[in-house]
Amino acid sequence: MTTAHRATPRTRAARPAPEVATRRADFPLLATRVHGRPLVYLDNAATSQKPQAVIDAITRYYETANANVHRGVYSLSEHATAAYEGAREKARSFLNAREAREIIFVRSTTEGINLVASSFGRTNLGPGDEVLISAMEHHSNIVPWQLICEERGATLRVIPMNQAGELLLDEYERRLTERTKIVALVHVSNSLGTINPVREVVARAHARGIPVLVDGAQAAPHMPVDVQALDCDFYTVSGHKMFGPTGIGMLYGKAPRLEAMPPYQGGGDMIRSVTFARTTFAEIPAKFEAGTPHIAGAIGLGAAIDYLSRLDWGLVAAHEADLLAYASARLLEVPGVRLVGTAAHKASVISFVVAGVHAHDVGTIVDQEGVAIRTGHHCTQPVMEFFGVPATARASFAFYNTREDADALVAALAKVRQVFGG
Amino acid sequence: MTDLTELYQQTIIEHNRSPRNFKKLEHANRTAEGYNAICGDKITLYLRLEDDVIREIAFQGSGCAISQASASLMTSAVAGKTKVEAQALFRAFHDMVAGGADAPADPGTLGKLAAFAGVRQFPARVKCANLSWHTLRAALAAAAEPVSTE
Repeated sequence: MTTAHRATPRTRAARPAPEVATRRADFPLLATRVHGRPLVYLDNAATSQKPQAVIDAITRYYETANANVHRGVYSLSEHATAAYEGAREKARSFLNAREAREIIFVRSTTEGINLVASSFGRTNLGPGDEVLISAMEHHSNIVPWQLICEERGATLRVIPMNQAGELLLDEYERRLTERTKIVALVHVSNSLGTINPVREVVARAHARGIPVLVDGAQAAPHMPVDVQALDCDFYTVSGHKMFGPTGIGMLYGKAPRLEAMPPYQGGGDMIRSVTFARTTFAEIPAKFEAGTPHIAGAIGLGAAIDYLSRLDWGLVAAHEADLLAYASARLLEVPGVRLVGTAAHKASVISFVVAGVHAHDVGTIVDQEGVAIRTGHHCTQPVMEFFGVPATARASFAFYNTREDADALVAALAKVRQVFGG
Repeated sequence: MTDLTELYQQTIIEHNRSPRNFKKLEHANRTAEGYNAICGDKITLYLRLEDDVIREIAFQGSGCAISQASASLMTSAVAGKTKVEAQALFRAFHDMVAGGADAPADPGTLGKLAAFAGVRQFPARVKCANLSWHTLRAALAAAAEPVSTE
């Protein structure tokens, strides 16, 4: 991830760092075989695998602690509530939020963005106002804003990028006006791997009093996130991309922002009192958590955070930077391969195309060799259009991947040539 | 283990490389668009339909080898056929690539289209093979909306 590591000599003999070699064994699914070959899992940007500690935490909750939260006066419910709120405190610590009440449990990053777009948008957007997003957003950070803009008569504007997949900050500056009501951008691009200068983006928006939402779905599995250091107003992540369960995510919001926003959904748990004439709402975070939450999911996410907090992130960063440099160089040795997304500051996510062969065919062929990669538009159709490709193949590496995984991908790509000739 | 050569038969590779009927039909009286939202396969189909006979058919588009070869072979197979004959071919093709285990295709009816028999072992790719056929059905029904096989 740092430029210093990009100069790593490409010696194939290098073994994974001991840290990584032992960690692989924590993920039972990585021992799977596909089409009779060992699985090479390189679709971590879509979802990551789960360590045994996460799987056990979820099982243990259902076996020993299942009860609804925030309601019962009996001890089992109190235990469940303590575990659920304990997970919120872990989430606070993971993102370095000031207070646990600034963490809202949501279904996913997508729901986190929808919550802000809907709740913040309903009260802050009007005709002539603008929402500013970037050219490399996932559909989940485009469509919710389009929906609210249409409803409120506001306009969606876009920060352009260059051919490497880097945001043009001067163009960004130019689009910040008194009409801009919120900036929403991705921390790490899921299709290009670009790491955006979030702190700089936030500072420029704040200089004009404009709040910023950051889609952190792809950042959380690769780097420590500090929302106070970034100074963003909202930050949202998905549990399943950071080695936790599906169906749970978190939205961080600065307390004054969240307090000023109306509820997103109505229901139980988010009220103070209800009569048919009038309802008063609970304080944050309960105000934004209508209905029985995903208790097991939050506890599983808490276990994933515990797991991640035990990793040496200096080693992880060095290992992932090595994987990025090594895999990029090896892919470029394959005739006809071109990388899409060549930002100077990148996470270990590599999009590529093979000349004359559609990404979907590439995906099917390498799968026969046990290599799982994503192919398609990665829910970033505007990015594909910008680079003039219908689709890309994408290999996304987690800390448990190795240079051997990159070698297996490159070997599998030789089969693509065998099938298609040329 | 499924065999890649069953999916990527020479006929398919060859039609992907040099698709037949790949052009815009200037005198078309039916057109339809089809796309696979997930993989980005796109096709525009042009037909000149007279007295329920497909007098001319052509396509343009981009996508994976399976979708492009399927469009190429489909246009070749249905040219000159009646609407009813084309629809029967659609059903036979669909049964071959996506039908139940006891619904084998009659190779006699399908001719070169039998090259797609291997697709059924690759469930994720069935929609690629079917795209042009669904688009044809829309064109014959004169459906106004773009077709999606999602």
